[in-house]
Amino acid sequence: MSDKILIAGNWAIGEAAIRAGCRFYAGYPITPQNELTEYMAENMRRAQGGTFIQAESEIAAVNMVLGASSAGARAMTSSSSPGISLKQEGISALAADELPAVIVNMMRGGPGLGNILPSQGDYFQATRGGGHGDYRTLVLAPASVQELADLTMDAFDLADKYRNPVMILGDGMTGQMMEPVEFGKPRPRRYNEKYILKGAGDGKSKFVRALILDALRMEEHNWKLVRKYRVIEQNEVRFETYKTGNARLIIIAYGIAARIAKGAINRLRDSGMKVGLIRPITLWPFPAQIIRDTAERIDRFLVFEMSTGQMIDDVKLALEGRGHVSFYGRPGGVVPTPAELAKAIIQEYRRVLA
Amino acid sequence: MKKVFSRPRSLKSTPFHYCAGCGHSIIHRVICEVIDELGIRGITIGVPPAGCAVVAYNYFDVDMLEAPHGRGCAVATGIKRTLPDRVVFSYQGDGDLAAIGTAETFHAANRGENITVIFINNAVYGMTGGQMAPTTLLGQASTTSPPGRNAILDGHPIRMSEILSNLEGTAYIERVAVNSAQNILRAKKAVKKAFQCQIDGAGFNMIEVLSQCPTNWKMNAVDACRWVDEVMSKTFPIGVIKDTVKGRKDAD
Ligand SMILES: Cc1ncc(C[n+]2csc(CCOP(=O)(O)OP(=O)(O)O)c2C)c(N)n1
Ligand code: SF4
Ligand SMILES: [Mg+2]
Repeated sequence: MSDKILIAGNWAIGEAAIRAGCRFYAGYPITPQNELTEYMAENMRRAQGGTFIQAESEIAAVNMVLGASSAGARAMTSSSSPGISLKQEGISALAADELPAVIVNMMRGGPGLGNILPSQGDYFQATRGGGHGDYRTLVLAPASVQELADLTMDAFDLADKYRNPVMILGDGMTGQMMEPVEFGKPRPRRYNEKYILKGAGDGKSKFVRALILDALRMEEHNWKLVRKYRVIEQNEVRFETYKTGNARLIIIAYGIAARIAKGAINRLRDSGMKVGLIRPITLWPFPAQIIRDTAERIDRFLVFEMSTGQMIDDVKLALEGRGHVSFYGRPGGVVPTPAELAKAIIQEYRRVLA
Repeated sequence: MKKVFSRPRSLKSTPFHYCAGCGHSIIHRVICEVIDELGIRGITIGVPPAGCAVVAYNYFDVDMLEAPHGRGCAVATGIKRTLPDRVVFSYQGDGDLAAIGTAETFHAANRGENITVIFINNAVYGMTGGQMAPTTLLGQASTTSPPGRNAILDGHPIRMSEILSNLEGTAYIERVAVNSAQNILRAKKAVKKAFQCQIDGAGFNMIEVLSQCPTNWKMNAVDACRWVDEVMSKTFPIGVIKDTVKGRKDAD
């Protein structure tokens, strides 16, 4: 019998996390991700050895995750934009300590308190580390509830594999929409016991710390992290291409924006316009190579984001001056319909390809 | 010949970097003696702070995870909830625990997290060079209260132990000093009781230690010890502040 159930995005993350063996969750309420915190409250304590804590703040929540991760738990916290800003201290510490953890950001309009509507304004924060210091987090950008579930499971494996925080970067809409989901089979955990603090027993004690006062040793730690990041860049890039084969204009969009873009592209294809899509699934590492390769054949790109333009910088860096890049953005919680986006695409299509 | 004094097993042989007369090194040793006596070295996990004790993991021979500044109680919560049969303690300064980490401390106490907190009150920010701490006494000069702490402009010294004792989740809180042989022995008894309290599952427990900082108090070690008795303990009286485990068998 298939395991398919109709479920909202935020719940799907919670269910996938628990199935993947997540046994520690701490969070603080914030819209639009409360359903995830509530799902964990409802279900985490039923899982064997599962801990749910409603923390006093996002800072406390992420630091609890830091402790739980060091003690060997698969640990997760979630929030939305303003709360993710508060978590940056802990994310930086996790990266420095090389501890695995999964952090979910269901982005909302900003800056500041902004609003509670779906948005993509946290791309820079997510893909550039976000907190202080020279570090990166893997960033996964789901575009459907099924993908939220799949990527949540993958996130725990990636976090363990690279001993690094992994961020799931969704938005209010992917979190709250309901879709049928079939949960995949979780893989057995592969995480070396030697990294877990559980008391020294009769042996040598261990410590985990981010403070490295000596400049040369700190520098070496930085380069060590960079070597790890290079491996991640080589092995973990994920993207989807859609109708790019004979396309003359390529839309680049991620997450919910990519979903809207597909709707727009289907309409335009019906009226004979040759438009395709590249959808980054990992935002860091960024799928630069496919964009560069595509530019060998097609030189017109339109970046669509629900922000004033952040991923477009990575697209330009990927292209290294090749091709022409234009931009359509809707920040602040505005979610354009596929028809609206189609209009913007038509304009661009006519302007450059007429 | 009978050996009557030696380094505790849980204390590494690394020489302390603390200034001469500093309370940190005394309390480190006290904690390590207690860990040895309770036989819990192998199951203990410590959480050192940002502060003068930031490299405590160079001294404690137990597993340790450094917390970001002020987050000791949140980090310890995560460890303890994951490994409830381990003994988990945080070690925190007054700036760490009573300023930047007030919320984490308060709520861990309120949840009754079954952890031990060693709270080093030296009335100053030691590590960053002697700025005013939340515990700095009225009239006490610091680099950020140069004429002396002024209640109207700088607020009052915070008595965290008394505040936390009002929370239902706290089981045992005592304030001790390490400025005399007698006080050190009392401090050790309190630390031992706190760890025992955790082993027995009683809930949040904290030992506040009035700790000499001769460097930033601009005193020699002897005067610093005297100042704890004559001045500091007037604002922060030593003694048991809350004890819900009284009836239980004492640790020694
Ligand atoms: C987020 C953050 N802010 C500030 C600091 C700088 N800092 C390090 S230790 C410290 C205060 C130390 O004072 P206290 O907690 O009283 O410990 P002591 O050194 O006196 O033992 C400060 C402000 C920091 N490390 N992190
Ligand atoms: S500055 Fe004060 S607290 Fe820090 S090591 Fe020196 S005496 Fe101890
Ligand atoms: Mg201090």
